[in-house]
Amino acid sequence: MQAKARNIYLIPYMLWIIMFVIAPIVLIVYYSMYDIDGVWTLANYKRFFTPVYLRMTLRSFWYAILITGVSLIVAYPTAYLLTKTAHKELWLLLIILPSWINLLLKVYAFIGILGLYGPINSFLELVGIGAKQILFTDFSFIFVAVYIFIPYMILPIFNALEELNPSLVAAARDLGASPWATFRRVIFPLTMGGVKSGCRAVFIPALSLFMITRLIAGNRVITLGTAIEQHFLVTQDWGMGSTLAVFLIIVMGLTMFVTESGNRVR
Amino acid sequence: MKKTGKLSVIYLVLVFIILYTPIFYLIYYSFNSGGSMHHFQEFTLDWYEEVFHDTRLFIILLNTLVVALLSSAISTIIGVAGALAITRVRSKRTRNALLTLNNVMIVSPDVIIGASFLILLTAIGVNLGFFSVLISHIAFSVPIVVLMVLPKLEEMSPTLVDAARDLGASSRDVLTKVVIPYISPGIFAGFFMALTYSLDDFAVTFFVTGGGFSTLSVEIYSLARRGISLTINALSTLIFLATLALVIGYYIITKRGSKPSGAEARE
Repeated sequence: MQAKARNIYLIPYMLWIIMFVIAPIVLIVYYSMYDIDGVWTLANYKRFFTPVYLRMTLRSFWYAILITGVSLIVAYPTAYLLTKTAHKELWLLLIILPSWINLLLKVYAFIGILGLYGPINSFLELVGIGAKQILFTDFSFIFVAVYIFIPYMILPIFNALEELNPSLVAAARDLGASPWATFRRVIFPLTMGGVKSGCRAVFIPALSLFMITRLIAGNRVITLGTAIEQHFLVTQDWGMGSTLAVFLIIVMGLTMFVTESGNRVR
Repeated sequence: MKKTGKLSVIYLVLVFIILYTPIFYLIYYSFNSGGSMHHFQEFTLDWYEEVFHDTRLFIILLNTLVVALLSSAISTIIGVAGALAITRVRSKRTRNALLTLNNVMIVSPDVIIGASFLILLTAIGVNLGFFSVLISHIAFSVPIVVLMVLPKLEEMSPTLVDAARDLGASSRDVLTKVVIPYISPGIFAGFFMALTYSLDDFAVTFFVTGGGFSTLSVEIYSLARRGISLTINALSTLIFLATLALVIGYYIITKRGSKPSGAEARE
């Protein structure tokens, strides 16, 4: 009786897993081995290891690392200070609220703010530095990306800090540790789990986002995501697009493995 | 301690200002008669009027809502079944395997989901348009529902089900009268999350939608690529208010939903 009931629930769910988790990955790997004319070949992989694609991949990684690093540097103090405020739940909610708003609208707002006649440039002119081209630069791209991702970094760190036993901090201070030493030797290591999940939540999307690069960075910044979108929707070269996607899936798997295994040890 | 207190307040205030500036910037200029996102000329409601008179935009809004409601309803059903299935699997290994497969979709970047669904849907011959978007939205919402429902199922004491069985309830009664009411907060949260994921999604929809069908996100993207138009500002103000209402509504309902159940348990 029970075995039968179990099977019934498993059917729709397994169907979903096979159709939309396993089949898509298999299909991506399959397509990556066909060129644009539908001939079986490994040429796509060979092409991936040419300087053009390797440079693009490395740059994409570099941007993702920068975005993750800057997010972490800004998010950690924010999360830490949030745990010290009264009504911290309310403040946390206010931090998360912007992430409910459609991403494209926020990106769109930056087109105005960072534009040639936007408030930032008016301010620069007022100070005497003079208007600068801010939009379509690496700086604007990283700034907007950090803006978009920061709530996803703050949330896990905040949770980790909340779980931290305050008596450990008090003990470290009692034993004569300076505030900095307490942070470096006690608080930070103990909240490593939150830092890791935050980095994972930012790094993978940062590697693959494409609308921010298109709208904010013009076509100057090409990430893996942009390249995949380009291959699938513009040049219709699904084979090469799939090859890049396979690579992105491998990176994703590695990132998951690194951040998960670290958590298990703790 | 006092000194760092002042600095930290400044830091937090700065973070909040940066977080909210773009949103209020958009709203502010939606009332600008000047037609650009700098130099405010005069107060006007013209852009809102334009939004309300644009039938194309209205159809797109309807599309978005229909896709969101349908996909979250269907994915909630599949997701609840999935959560029930996972809790009933005895072997720890299978269970972990199922959970890992479930999480693959959540960690996958949108571009991968979009590209692979595009391949899949064209391979099985679905025409790109309403159905391809709907299917994709159902597919990426299922794991979120599973994750929201699973903790509720796990915290439910197995004695509840045993008691119901002993008292002669059929499997069906156990499900509809004991299990589902118990996990309903989780189901509701899952449905709500699926709804917001669907409303918010851009990348996946962008991949699997053909030329004829468009959702709000895709439309905003194509408008924004053409440059600044204050109709987008007016539209985003309306969306912001709707989001705010949705979030507040969600909090009120979950608060109200949790209180009576707590009182019930005490009786």
